[in-house]
Amino acid sequence: MTEQQVLSVLVENKPGVLARVSSLFARRGFNIHSLAVGPAAEPGLSKMTIVVRAPELEQVKKQLHKLVNVVKITELDPGSSIEREIMLVRVRANSRQRSEVLQLATIFRATPVDVGVDSITFMVTGSPTKLNDLLELIRPFGLVDLVKSGRIAINREPKARKLKAVG
Amino acid sequence: MGMITGAEILIKALEYQEVETAFGIPGGAILPAYDPLIDAGFRHVLARHEQGAGHMAEGYAWATGKVGVAIATSGPGATNLVTPLADALMDSVPIVAITGQVPTHAVGNDAFQEAHTTGITMPATKHNYFVTHAEEIAQTVAEAFHLASTGRPGPVLVDIPKDVLNARVPWRDPEPVAMPGYRPTTSPHPRRIREAIRLIESAERPVLYVGGGIIKAGGSEALAAFARMTNMPVITTLMGRGAISDHNPNTLGMPGMHGLYAATTAMQKADLLVAIGVRFDDRVTGDPDAFAPFAKVIHADIDPAEIGKVRAPEVPIVGDARLILEAMCERWGDTPTPELEKWWTTIRTWQERHPLRFEQQADGPLKPQHVISRLRDRADDDAIVVSGVGQHQMWASQYWRFDQPRHWINSGGLGTMGFAVPAAIGAKVGMPDQQVIAVDGDGCFQMTVQELITAAYERIPIKVALFNNAAHGMVRQWQRLFYNERFSASDLGQQLPDYPKLAESMGCAGLRATRVDEVDHVIETMLEIDDRPVVAEFVVDRDEMVFPMVPAGGSNDIVLNGPEDL
Repeated sequence: MTEQQVLSVLVENKPGVLARVSSLFARRGFNIHSLAVGPAAEPGLSKMTIVVRAPELEQVKKQLHKLVNVVKITELDPGSSIEREIMLVRVRANSRQRSEVLQLATIFRATPVDVGVDSITFMVTGSPTKLNDLLELIRPFGLVDLVKSGRIAINREPKARKLKAVG
Repeated sequence: MGMITGAEILIKALEYQEVETAFGIPGGAILPAYDPLIDAGFRHVLARHEQGAGHMAEGYAWATGKVGVAIATSGPGATNLVTPLADALMDSVPIVAITGQVPTHAVGNDAFQEAHTTGITMPATKHNYFVTHAEEIAQTVAEAFHLASTGRPGPVLVDIPKDVLNARVPWRDPEPVAMPGYRPTTSPHPRRIREAIRLIESAERPVLYVGGGIIKAGGSEALAAFARMTNMPVITTLMGRGAISDHNPNTLGMPGMHGLYAATTAMQKADLLVAIGVRFDDRVTGDPDAFAPFAKVIHADIDPAEIGKVRAPEVPIVGDARLILEAMCERWGDTPTPELEKWWTTIRTWQERHPLRFEQQADGPLKPQHVISRLRDRADDDAIVVSGVGQHQMWASQYWRFDQPRHWINSGGLGTMGFAVPAAIGAKVGMPDQQVIAVDGDGCFQMTVQELITAAYERIPIKVALFNNAAHGMVRQWQRLFYNERFSASDLGQQLPDYPKLAESMGCAGLRATRVDEVDHVIETMLEIDDRPVVAEFVVDRDEMVFPMVPAGGSNDIVLNGPEDL
């Protein structure tokens, strides 16, 4: 299977931009794994993080560029970028299992945000791998509900410049 | 500062863009705009169907190179524009569509004649706008014209709610257009030009494969110069017919599914394709994996997304086709013109062995190719030919001899039947002093025939050469070849309608030729009549098929030159 690629797309914050992007993906048969959007640092612009699995990433980028509201596209390399997701997960836990579940959660720095008689809800942030690892471990207890945000990602500052800034 | 309505601003904004003609139909939501339109400094042509208005705007744009304008109301008015918008997107035709929308407070409430116009037209336009404030109208119209006419041209739609048209605001001149996400590259990279010239210099069997991009960029002169300097054969796609004169000895004509044998085969055997302003369309390439297997590719286009979409080139060049050709000419400089003697000998052999051919018997059924040839020989040298889609389109492209760009207008990419009559009207409005001849089929003709009323009423004397084979001819051809001659739903009836009578009822002259000896007289009469539109029906052999032919999806190595190759 083709690997996932992460695009960071700077767009004008105009009505219908999200529809334009998703309509383009649908029309060209590109698959969106996740898409997260929010305001960018620059006023009037938004930043989309799009995770795609596309054998022809060049075509995806070129077609995206044709959208008039798309200002800039950056392909993020996993080695030099930070990727995060947030997850809310409710896991079955009665009084006997509660401490075991909480222990697991602590290792992953998952925060309990709601505790009930039969379940605990955790909030956890981290890389997609970390979230998946946690999921696998708590799945045997029984997943009641699960919500994940789309992935967001940002480039690390280039090494050369970092050293210069420090030194 | 004086306050005027949004509708008045719209008309003023169109005048500001130096619009000469708009094509449209009024209706509830767009009514405010039609009031100041009476006093506008440009002409309005009242179409009979919004699809007609859209194709008229396209025909106008094709013929003049300027932006065509179509106006429609909300809901069905806007949805009827979808076909011409999609057509203009495929063929990169610069048009701006203005649509009325229900009042802002009613938007989203399923109001009368409400449709989500921007949503519906999103994938059918280069860009579209929903205007929320009257103050934005002038700037939005300016951006729409800029987007439509620059970079890779295309359709842009501006949707304006009725209350925005009625709001009173002051006029402000639009500012120079600056869009952070829209900066088309027009100047080619010099290094790419050097790489391209190096490949051309060392090629033994090069071919210039050129299309509509040349015409849009006004690159015909540079193309002719470069072809002369390099002695390369030139192949013009359906969209690129007229980009170089068909009388130029280097021109081989149209390639592909119904292309000339020598053109198609030259690409198959070439060691270098110099592709400029083309997009490796499936009608040109056939099976892309079997297309031009020996060729290195230089691909130049204004749209970076076209480069590498179908075929990865050795040398990609992004830029305006005219600037690219001029840069190539300059780089070529005094380099001696290659002889390419062996290559040309081979090509001439193909041309001699497989010319276009048809057989017209004096007492036999009328052959469409015969009619086209006679029409071509009698029409003005600068006549504009507009075609619909199907067999007649292929015969027109094959048999006409185009001398200049913008003299051949058709629906290439989308293949929109019914294109010819309204597009011819638009072309004639743009170029009133030139003969405009629609070459149409009976199936196409029936789809937009009511626009002849527009032509008669508005005194736009187009000429329609109607090829009546009583069938959807291309469908019938495929059914004959690939569906065991089971002619499912392709028969249109020979006597229905009576075309000359139909034409006359719409205020046009109506003529008919059924026998060979009637053809010349009908053509002469048709070309003489100039005070009203004229429809000349040619009752042609319904079993005539278009050849050469490469069956869909097949390799271009296997060209059927005639029925004997089946």
